[in-house]
Amino acid sequence: MNTNHWLLLAAFLALLLTAAQPLGLYIARVMEGRVGAAARVENLLYRLCGVRPDAETGWFAYALGLIVFNGLGLLALYGLQRLQLWLPLNPQGLGNVAPDSAFNTAVSFVTNTNWQGYAGESTMAYLVQMLGLTVQNFLSAATGIAVVIALVRGLARHSAQTIGNVWVDLTRATLYVLLPLAFLLSLAFVGQGVLQNLTPYRTVATLEVAHYDAPRVDAAGQPLTDAAGKALSEPAESATQTLAMGPVASQEAIKLLGTNGGGFFNANSAHPFENPTALSNLLQMLAILLIPAALCVSFGRMVGDARQGWAILAAMTLIFVACAAGAMSFEQQGNPLLGALGADPQFSAAQSGGNMEGKETRFGIAGSALFAAVTTAASCGAVNAMHDSFTPLGGMMPLILMQLGEVVFGGVGTGLYGMLVFAILTVFIAGLMIGRTPEYLGKKIEIHEMKMSSLAILVTPVIVLAGTAIAVMSDAGRAGIANPGAHGFSEILYALTSAANNNGSAFAGLSANTPFYNVLLAVAMWFGRFGVIVPVLAIAGSLAAKKRVAATSGTLPTHGPLFVALLIGTVLLVGLLNYVPALALGPVVEHLVLWAGR
Amino acid sequence: MNLRPGRSPILRPAISVFVLLAALTGIVYPLAVTGVAQVLFPTQANGSLLSQDGKIVGSELIGQNFSDPKNFWGRLSATAPMPYNAAASSGSNFGPLNPALTEAAKVRLDRLKAADPENALPVPVDLVTASASGLDPHISAAAAYYQAARVARLRGVPLAHVEALIAQRVETPLWGVLGEPRVNVLKLNLALARLDA
Repeated sequence: MNTNHWLLLAAFLALLLTAAQPLGLYIARVMEGRVGAAARVENLLYRLCGVRPDAETGWFAYALGLIVFNGLGLLALYGLQRLQLWLPLNPQGLGNVAPDSAFNTAVSFVTNTNWQGYAGESTMAYLVQMLGLTVQNFLSAATGIAVVIALVRGLARHSAQTIGNVWVDLTRATLYVLLPLAFLLSLAFVGQGVLQNLTPYRTVATLEVAHYDAPRVDAAGQPLTDAAGKALSEPAESATQTLAMGPVASQEAIKLLGTNGGGFFNANSAHPFENPTALSNLLQMLAILLIPAALCVSFGRMVGDARQGWAILAAMTLIFVACAAGAMSFEQQGNPLLGALGADPQFSAAQSGGNMEGKETRFGIAGSALFAAVTTAASCGAVNAMHDSFTPLGGMMPLILMQLGEVVFGGVGTGLYGMLVFAILTVFIAGLMIGRTPEYLGKKIEIHEMKMSSLAILVTPVIVLAGTAIAVMSDAGRAGIANPGAHGFSEILYALTSAANNNGSAFAGLSANTPFYNVLLAVAMWFGRFGVIVPVLAIAGSLAAKKRVAATSGTLPTHGPLFVALLIGTVLLVGLLNYVPALALGPVVEHLVLWAGR
Repeated sequence: MNLRPGRSPILRPAISVFVLLAALTGIVYPLAVTGVAQVLFPTQANGSLLSQDGKIVGSELIGQNFSDPKNFWGRLSATAPMPYNAAASSGSNFGPLNPALTEAAKVRLDRLKAADPENALPVPVDLVTASASGLDPHISAAAAYYQAARVARLRGVPLAHVEALIAQRVETPLWGVLGEPRVNVLKLNLALARLDA
């Protein structure tokens, strides 16, 4: 890492933590319903919807409501994709999406994963991008906020039978948190050059005529191959360029704020129309971590002890800095094979150098590697560089950040509730060491909470490792691999890691738009999401019902450096125990092979 | 207190809250952003199009394919079927050990050398690698200066003149940290074209 990298990282963190404090207090306030005159509008909406805002429920009804609500989203999004050819706002006349791909995409956006097996600009009509994908970007983020607020209520209340009203929480998260932020951010993006229109794609004459080899196709549009199965091509030329258009900025803003990550275009935030400048890149990175960081502050406020929130935030930030620094320095090292050919990878005042394959010049190494760490620390999954082309260890950093369970900031809501489950595990381990009943925030942690916490922590590693095993052992799974050697295994491991942890970024060489991967990854995404949400809400319910015990000299304080260190240790220990063998087979082997040639 | 779902209605609020929030976030919000953006930033919202002599010649933000040695060349582009296909953005997704990666770099290096055999400057790495989007409008400042001698010789203009054109167009990092020193290839080549006219 050079000075520029450290400066960018420091500036980024300073801005993020500064903004998190006021936003966190604001979120705590509006989620409690202290919204002034807006309450009238809100109450009107509830009357329209048949919701009694003061009627709270227990955890089970809350969870059931969320699942039904998300199930409706799934149906609506699937239907829109399957019917888009006959619906309005489809100027390119894009055809209906295939059933397996539409199912995968619907699960993907409902679960806040936003894994994309399709290429946006050649698949999705404007109506689907708006009324389908943008809607789920909002609602899946609102779901995350609702769950974490319910869990925090469980910690804050005592001797209570209810954890909140799911409809009220969803509505407030959308109306007061997500919509205003998204509106402002989308206008800032347009100012930088992000598209926002509903016009058809625009064809312009280019300065030069491009000569290229076009694949030969038969009358049905299928590629022709020779006797050996090699694709046939013929020389072709093109004197025009078709510029994809669309309502990009409005989706872009919530894609990042909601840690969704699904790009309007195939190249996601690497596309100049999605992320045109270095400044828009900084705004994007801030938007990704903004709400996850702010929610830690909201947590501190709601449990009546700001230090509790800052302790969690400190643990997240420390792990993040280590991984971001790793990604930046490995990418700056570059690829020794290109150096051997005579390409100059040295950083200088005139170029960023380093591993520039799959990276944009305007972001360089610093802006690309930091973005990769940000997007995988959060369960965002937007990419501004192709992670598949990262150096082996540079690409391992995003992989590790996801495998830690998306708790290093994590997704909107999901990151904090994941980290709080780890906090419960931490006080449990500490309790075992000193032989006392563990407590967290005055609540005794007992068998039921530990069962649910274990379930919430273990469900994703089981899906990742079992899913990877299934994919590498089946022909359909291996058929998707794009890169030879250990990297091919990493592509599959990355796909399952990303899906089960609801991240959505990819080693995108993997051909995942096949029935096999569409179904496997959809299952991973759904259970990776709701397999965690349900036990977390169960913990919320049982904690809310408990009495508060007074802190004694034997209570482990959960706001100091000792607890932060223990928490980091627990997160790393669980992550390492789960994934070291798999990482050794993928990125580590590849790294040794890459540098052995030198 | 209400733990049993049967006692609190779920389906009606679920459907009506979903429909309401979907209309708000999926129709009202994007249309409102479109309306305001078209008033405040009409150029940017519609693609930052560039025109020369009254003709649209592309977008400032989207790179074009250049292979004529008299022009500056951009990054490699992995879009299909043609490079710089702005209706199908894509990177190469080649891993660092993929032979196809070194092969593509070698082809580009050979072309650069063949077009300018005398050039002894080191070849900047961004000139031999594919961008993430396949539409990168920029090259590093180093990559522009590397090509200056070739362009000057083939166009019959003094090297100093071409270097001055580059220097005018180098975009430096914002506030010293944001972004990398870079040049917009399409704009640079448009400036060259104006030189001829």
